[in-house]
Amino acid sequence: MARLTLRVVALGYLGALLVVPVAVVFYRTFENGLGAVWDSVTTPAAISAFWLTLEVALIAVPLNAIFGVLAALALVRGRFPGKRLFDALIDLPFAVSPIVVGLALLLVWGVDGWFGGLGVQVIFSVPGIVLATIFVSLPFVAREVAPVLREIGDEQEQAAATLGANGWQTFRRVTLPAIRWGLVYGVVLATARAIGEFGAVSVVSGKIAGETETLTLLVEKRFQNFDLAGAYAASALLAAIALVTLAAMTILNRRREEST
Amino acid sequence: MIQVHNVTKRFGDFVALDDVSIDVPDGSLTALLGPSGSGKSTLLRVIAGLEQPDHGEVEVGGEAATHLPAQKRDVGFVFQHYAAFKHMTVRDNVAFGLTIRKRPKDHVKSKVDELLELVGLAGFQNRYPAQLSGGQRQRMALARALAIEPRVLLLDEPFGALDANVRADLRAWLRRLHDEVHVTTVLVTHDQEEAMEVAGNLVVLRDGRVEQTGSPRDVYDHPANDFVMGFIGPVSRLDGALVRPHDLLLSDEPVDGAEEAMVARVVHLGFEVRVELVRTGGEEVVAQLTKAEADTLELRDGAIVWLRSPLPRDPGVGVVGKTRDAVG
Repeated sequence: MARLTLRVVALGYLGALLVVPVAVVFYRTFENGLGAVWDSVTTPAAISAFWLTLEVALIAVPLNAIFGVLAALALVRGRFPGKRLFDALIDLPFAVSPIVVGLALLLVWGVDGWFGGLGVQVIFSVPGIVLATIFVSLPFVAREVAPVLREIGDEQEQAAATLGANGWQTFRRVTLPAIRWGLVYGVVLATARAIGEFGAVSVVSGKIAGETETLTLLVEKRFQNFDLAGAYAASALLAAIALVTLAAMTILNRRREEST
Repeated sequence: MIQVHNVTKRFGDFVALDDVSIDVPDGSLTALLGPSGSGKSTLLRVIAGLEQPDHGEVEVGGEAATHLPAQKRDVGFVFQHYAAFKHMTVRDNVAFGLTIRKRPKDHVKSKVDELLELVGLAGFQNRYPAQLSGGQRQRMALARALAIEPRVLLLDEPFGALDANVRADLRAWLRRLHDEVHVTTVLVTHDQEEAMEVAGNLVVLRDGRVEQTGSPRDVYDHPANDFVMGFIGPVSRLDGALVRPHDLLLSDEPVDGAEEAMVARVVHLGFEVRVELVRTGGEEVVAQLTKAEADTLELRDGAIVWLRSPLPRDPGVGVVGKTRDAVG
């Protein structure tokens, strides 16, 4: 009986706070029929926002994946002064509010910022959005890969070395296959974060329709302009991407558990 | 041939190896024997290039190796916990060193099949390490190490993670394998019985120093000091001196130079019979007899026997200077 109550409470909590709002978005989106939704997500601004979001994620996530693997290797295998500081710094994006990240980028890259005079348009342009996205999605890969590296230990790598493999061959043939599911999981999480980021991007993008407007910014703009149907449609698109990510994560998690 | 000259290795404040020198002759099977923390594994890893010594030189096959990375030393290394490449099949594990060396495919295949035959894993080519038993994994690891035709084979407590009966099988098997393959082999173990059974040469280490080197028989019969004597086999203490329990002589009537002692307990271990004695001063001593000897004496608890310590031991005991001799 107690277990049943607990289960009902847990499911009710999740339902009320998570499932209902997302379901309502989908419900309101398709309330007026598929045609309206289609029109709403195929406006030039929406298409541009979709591609921009994808483009930003495609730059930020691979960079973070490479950095994340290197950072995890340094943290787990490396011995260097300042390792604890480095470890803590990687978590900075978890700790700092995205809006602060945006403002910080503005201070560094803005017209009056440190690097403002370099002649490269960063703020109110795509590079700024990419920088903001890299910042907020940075820890995921490192945080997923590091525990896997720690668990597999370094004996396989030492064995590879005694068998004649150089550092790169050892990484390619031994380390990378061993961490692959952790890496993929981290990439999926980073991608979800990159696509969903709003705060930091909203500060640095300038929100120029068709140019520097990502999907999340489009949702906000339509909402502000009382285009509720449009906002729901764009939200549904984001939510759909999120659900695909969630499904991928669930499957990958299972694969990862099976492989260890 | 492996030569280690005056190697010192520290980990922080801990001195793992303290001015260690050993020679391992070509084709020999040498055991580095010592309690945990004696530096035996560190010495092996220094030979392999997995650890850099703070001081001293290492030569492998007459070639200076001190500054060569592990990958260039041509050593086969076998780890206690196998270090199998879990995501690769047995075939790919064994082939690893050969594919790194970009050997032709058909050569790799025949070499791998030949090695798997040698280690008794023919037919297991397409299995994954997770589908093998511990003993099979370790034999796969040996085949993998042998595939590169290493100049020396280094085994770090290779049977330490295995069940007692599998361990006994693999020891005998390793001995036979060495007779077939003849590759210079260094085995690290803390088990003196394993070392004496498998190896032709022993290097006994303690606290990062070499205590004695020599053949198993030599080290057993002429231990350089009390530590080696106590580590290499059972000992009893008689008036402050160490003796082997099987060297103690018992008789049921007074003999010259014998003293009275009372049998406290008789332990029958099959062929061996262990007799726990109490001397007149209350001191306890353990003697070891064969079953036949014990039967003749008709030993039982509470009986009085005459105990005689063997003639003064060979000058082996307590003589220093045998340390850091060349092996062999």
